[in-house]
Amino acid sequence: MSANTATEAAPRQRTRRNLELVLLILAWGLGVLGTQQVAWSTGEGLHSRFWITAAVVGVLALVAHIIVRWRVPYSDPFLLPIATLLTILGLVMIYRLDVAAAQRAERNDNPIPTPDVYNQLTWYAVAVLLFVLVLLVLRDHRVLQRYTYTAGLVGVILLLLPLAPVIGATVNGATLWVRVGGFTFQPAEAAKILLTIFFAGYLVVTRDSLALVRTKVLGVPLPRARDLGPILIVWALSLGVLVFERDLGTSLLFFGLFVAMLYIATQRWSWLVLGFVLFAVGAVFAYLMFGHVRTRVQIWLDPFAYADTGGYQIVQSLYGFANGGLFGTGLGRGYPELVPFANTDFILAGLGEELGLTGAIGILLLYAVLIERGLRTAVAVRDPFGQLLAAGLSITLALQVFVIVGGITRLIPLTGLTTPFLSYGGSSLVANWVIIAILLVISNRARRPAPTPPSPDSTATQVVRR
Amino acid sequence: MTEFALTLLRLAFLGALWLFIIITVIALRRDLMQPREARPAASRASSRPAKPPKAPKAPKPAKPPKASKHAKSGPSLVVTEGPLAQTVIPLGTAQVTLGRAPDSTLVIDDDYASSRHARLYPSDDGWIVEDLGSTNGTWIDRTRITSPTVLPPGVPLRIGRTTLQLQR
Repeated sequence: MSANTATEAAPRQRTRRNLELVLLILAWGLGVLGTQQVAWSTGEGLHSRFWITAAVVGVLALVAHIIVRWRVPYSDPFLLPIATLLTILGLVMIYRLDVAAAQRAERNDNPIPTPDVYNQLTWYAVAVLLFVLVLLVLRDHRVLQRYTYTAGLVGVILLLLPLAPVIGATVNGATLWVRVGGFTFQPAEAAKILLTIFFAGYLVVTRDSLALVRTKVLGVPLPRARDLGPILIVWALSLGVLVFERDLGTSLLFFGLFVAMLYIATQRWSWLVLGFVLFAVGAVFAYLMFGHVRTRVQIWLDPFAYADTGGYQIVQSLYGFANGGLFGTGLGRGYPELVPFANTDFILAGLGEELGLTGAIGILLLYAVLIERGLRTAVAVRDPFGQLLAAGLSITLALQVFVIVGGITRLIPLTGLTTPFLSYGGSSLVANWVIIAILLVISNRARRPAPTPPSPDSTATQVVRR
Repeated sequence: MTEFALTLLRLAFLGALWLFIIITVIALRRDLMQPREARPAASRASSRPAKPPKAPKAPKPAKPPKASKHAKSGPSLVVTEGPLAQTVIPLGTAQVTLGRAPDSTLVIDDDYASSRHARLYPSDDGWIVEDLGSTNGTWIDRTRITSPTVLPPGVPLRIGRTTLQLQR
């Protein structure tokens, strides 16, 4: 830390790991309480496997905590508990929807569908495994800067992978999946981390020329034509994703991420203006060219006119929120299963119905704190690459929450994206946990106590050590 | 399970959720209230390189820092010119290192500064500046220093494009 003076002396270096543990236990308790509530209010009774499941979740959280204590002791104490709580809330809601699906199947004399919650639990285990791996392997986030262009290339390849003939798969109209064997994966989730690394590494090197050299057009300082290259390429790429993979959400996410990072790197608002203009052009283009985009916008403007067709989902979600009211119907007492895709895109609609406005705001606050901690890490860390990387990763989360929550509450047109940590789906869960791991590594460096000030004669050793 | 018990359970769940949030926010507030240093402002500012002739907006005219504001916290080192202008480093009893190295007390992101450019340490005569073998030198007023020199308050100390002053 800089300016390490008397006011910021040794006793100030609290790592607050115990607070993290308390919050983790609270998160686990919430999961137990929620699951019991679901079991009682739906009349299902506790499953015989309940305590085993709860123990597994507890052990996973504890393992993550211990590894954090060991590897990144000075890291931010809020990131891990909040991510864990959101994951657990997701598990509770997915379990609740499993119960609903089973009950409906029973009523209609259909075979009971396999529950999703154990899949999600497995993915949580994989996510924690990767989380631990990142903490073990990545001692210093600046190592990632060496792989700037590798990350960019792999990211783009991953992004385009679903278009490959054999392994690509189209599900619900979006070509987003890769299927290898019986195993499907959304490469865009991994690509989002890799491209953030690429953007950060690229912008660290080029931001001086992007920030300084400019020409004025109509009073708006614009960058030189040749500096426009990267933003245009990313714009074209995200439009390409939109056109060929028909995925509005991912395309929006990447473009928004790049513009935000450009702005942070250069601190020039003209990039925001430029980004917004390009976005508007892209949006109009998409609206005119693609039927599915037009439908989305029309549904957004008047969902009730399409309540039986395309607007069914959003209308049901709005009814859900309305049914929830201020304090919700209580877990297990609403009808979240009426919304199609209730456990992926619309999981917050279910939570909003059963926990009410109070619970939904709580969840949004959790996201807000999570993202604030990420951005704060970006402010606190001292190397420019780390700043951009931490900011970029936080912005990825922020954009994703904004796009999907805005979509299901009809603030903006609905685009399919997963709700970070909550939604059912392995790729997204794993990717978001990796993001948390990287943020922890960065914040560990940012919050570490200052190394003992080097005396002038030890300069050589200092340099070697770094 | 009676209706009453379920209602209690429902409110208990919401209560626990908010308890989590409230604990977090209280802890956060305490975190934010900790005396903060000039670091965030400094590292942010350094990300905008200021080339005086080309970027007319970037280098703000160095306002003389208000000495009265910092009077209570004892002496401080104030950056008066350069990309980090307005940064204030309160001086305690520890030495202050200046340079491009990321672990310096004041990280000077400047092509004309060396990694470990100079250091400032207290002595009985006041604060002493010592050049740590920098390439472009450390200047007190108009003279390049060759040996540890006392830095009188209010006299400009120049490192690369950055000018600093000791404030009482």
